[in-house]
Amino acid sequence: MATGHFKEGIVGGRLSSEAYADNFSDLHPPLDHHEALVESDRCYFCYDAPCMQACPTSIDIPMFIRQIATGNALGSAKTIFDQNILGGMCARVCPTETLCEEVCVRETAEGKPVQIGRLQRYATDVAMEEGKQFYSRAKSTGKKIAVVGAGPAGLAAAHRLARHGHDVTVLEARPKSGGLNEYGIAAYKSVDNFAQAEVDYVTAIGGITIENGKALGRDYQLSDLTKTYDAVFLGMGLGGVNALRAEGEDTDGVANAVDFIAELRQASDLGSLPVGRRVVVIGGGMTAVDAAVQSKLLGAEEVTICYRRGKEDMNASEFEQDLAAANGVTIRHWLQPKRVIADGGKAIAIELEYTAMNGEKLVGTGETLRLAADQVFKAIGQSFVPAALNGSGQAIALENGRIKVDAEGRSSLAKVWAGGDCVVDSREDLTVSAVAAGRDAAESIHRTLMG
Amino acid sequence: MADIRNNFVGIKSPNPFWLASAPPTDKAYNVERAFKAGWGGVVWKTLGEEGPPVVNVNGPRYGAIWGADRRLLGLNNIELITDRDLQTNLREMKQVKMNWPDRALIASIMVPCEEESWKAILPLVEETEADGIELNFGCPHGMSERGMGAAVGQVPEYIEMVVRWCKQYTRMPVITKLTPNITDIRKPARAANAGGTDAVSLINTINSITSVNLDNFSPEPSIDGKGSHGGYCGPAVKPIALNMVAEIARDPETHGLPISGIGGITTWRDAAEFLALGAGNVQVCTAAMTYGFKIVQEMIAGLENWMDEKGHRSLDDIIGRATPNVSDWQYLNLNYIAKAHIDQDACIKCGRCHIACEDTSHQAITAMVDGARHFEVMEDECVGCNLCVNVCPVDGCITMVPLAAGTLDQRTGKTVEPVYANWTTHPNNPMAKVAAE
Repeated sequence: MATGHFKEGIVGGRLSSEAYADNFSDLHPPLDHHEALVESDRCYFCYDAPCMQACPTSIDIPMFIRQIATGNALGSAKTIFDQNILGGMCARVCPTETLCEEVCVRETAEGKPVQIGRLQRYATDVAMEEGKQFYSRAKSTGKKIAVVGAGPAGLAAAHRLARHGHDVTVLEARPKSGGLNEYGIAAYKSVDNFAQAEVDYVTAIGGITIENGKALGRDYQLSDLTKTYDAVFLGMGLGGVNALRAEGEDTDGVANAVDFIAELRQASDLGSLPVGRRVVVIGGGMTAVDAAVQSKLLGAEEVTICYRRGKEDMNASEFEQDLAAANGVTIRHWLQPKRVIADGGKAIAIELEYTAMNGEKLVGTGETLRLAADQVFKAIGQSFVPAALNGSGQAIALENGRIKVDAEGRSSLAKVWAGGDCVVDSREDLTVSAVAAGRDAAESIHRTLMG
Repeated sequence: MADIRNNFVGIKSPNPFWLASAPPTDKAYNVERAFKAGWGGVVWKTLGEEGPPVVNVNGPRYGAIWGADRRLLGLNNIELITDRDLQTNLREMKQVKMNWPDRALIASIMVPCEEESWKAILPLVEETEADGIELNFGCPHGMSERGMGAAVGQVPEYIEMVVRWCKQYTRMPVITKLTPNITDIRKPARAANAGGTDAVSLINTINSITSVNLDNFSPEPSIDGKGSHGGYCGPAVKPIALNMVAEIARDPETHGLPISGIGGITTWRDAAEFLALGAGNVQVCTAAMTYGFKIVQEMIAGLENWMDEKGHRSLDDIIGRATPNVSDWQYLNLNYIAKAHIDQDACIKCGRCHIACEDTSHQAITAMVDGARHFEVMEDECVGCNLCVNVCPVDGCITMVPLAAGTLDQRTGKTVEPVYANWTTHPNNPMAKVAAE
């Protein structure tokens, strides 16, 4: 009987336990002290540095790198946390290759940017390992603020509000806090339970109470919050997964990539986690890559990402695409799903149609391709589920299916701010953008309350 | 192929690269390795008088400063002269010279400032067949407290006196090594010259404290919580050494006195610069102590390659070529006007030229043009100071472009004059001499 990679169907235990540990170890191992000094020496301390402008949280990158170079790692961490209290996670998950490192002048000069992300991790690790807290709470304002969602936006907002002396209650639907940091990021990007350690670090400032298992619309309504609290910050994630719009979508073996990623992050034993022998991931973003690479690392024999447009249209960065390729994932372009083929109710293949641009419009060419697949992951985007918002009271204004906010994060309802994935704004859907949104909304709330 | 054979005051060596008197030349083992690697000569680590040798500290002897990537830029030391028995050194020197007859072997000597001491040691050194002697009047620490080294080198009369004794009691060529820890390097050089020295060598190390330990507030290198000033050397001292070499080379009193150039020489280029300013050869120490003896091969090949490229056939073609161009400030051409120019293709947009100019100089470089990050020199503000060139991390990106005679200097609104004019005749100079009609 076939074993390991070659076992048919969606099964666990494809690899040895050592292989699992090895496969899911730190993607970018931390820089040691020497490496950090060598790397920090490479920074030119640019004027009005492009990296700093590219950072959604505007961290003073040349300054924190200079502080590492001069032996002041704690000072460096403070420079980072001043702008981004989740600087530790951002150091791990930021697509630096499309943000700070893309515009680093050493990328221009030599094609080798300063490794800003890894330096940021170095500094924040030093501070967090020491449990060094840089901020204390201002005198209590007596104001009570509710934060919905303990993800990056909510945590950043809660920390900034607590600093200003407000009492913050964070309501989180899931059993654990951290949001996508805990449930939505590939395991090899956040090892050693870092997401929880970071939640603890952020809340250590005091004045923040997190209540887990409290879902908006199920356990309480928005109107309850506006009645009870002086202000509300909504920092929910995207609850919905876009449909394949292909025949056989409900077949056994078809699953949401985000659920797979979450399950993997929460698994205590990776060997018990089932994965198909032949996996097809539909989509072209970071989620698609995370699901595909992790399928491969769990021991799938063949993993293919199918994306309906070209390479340059993919939301996954060049680095992520290379990471997939390096892990043996095949990326195929100009293919859209048409039909999941089942045998005995279980997926055995997927039929895809080639696509092409007809002027501005993407069209199927009629030509089809059949790929053997016992597991199909949907990773074609997530959507905000607004139903929970409007259980009672006034309806909150939406735009393109997400909460409409102004530049400061104010929603259409008085006392209600929002930020992160649940809003429509000019920011990208990134951890770091959510942190910036939460932080800035907190400042807006503070200004409004303290007038 | 360029001929880099060296004849320094009659001492011949296959190339102009000698190892300076220092730890790398303390014993036969090291010197043999140096000669195998290709060094043209060595100045054996300084010998003291017969009797119990000096002792060194038993803790750190070196302190340092570093540049990016911990490149050693400056080193200081508190080591003394050789702490080995005189006879052992002499025996080894003789053997090494026998083994390597084509290489230069110079004995560095430091004995008390008494005629008898010098008279006693010189015949012993002569016996080794060494090619010459170097008088260590430079060592700035330890020995100077005992009236030797820099304590002699700082008193021109003593220099002259000791050089005279040496010229009297030995046939060997005498090289007088000078300390830079004085106000005017020309004074000791003139004294050595007056005493009849065959050459001077410089610079010895500079009084220095490299750093302070901020845990226990001890200077570094720290010996049980205390430190003393040490002798500073390495790339950081090169500019000081070059100036002192040039000062002696262009001083009418010492012009033509052979100079062995020392001070931070790390590459062939450094060596060529010393030669150009008037050094007849060079001595190296810190670069070898940082990278090992093999670096001499880069120096030899680099020097030959440059000479071939430029058509210089022998060292005589380059020695002293830059000396006449060393001038006093008052004679610099004030009608020479240059403006910085930024090569936009080479620019990586770090903005350091802008912030240096904006914060600390003449506000002559843009940061933003038409809403885009763009660094460009505003010629109407640029005084041509060169700071931007020096802070730019990209070699060759910013250059100084002289304005041709007859063109307009946008900063002053004046046309560039075609003639040379200096401060001595400038109208703003109250001491200006009236130019002849």
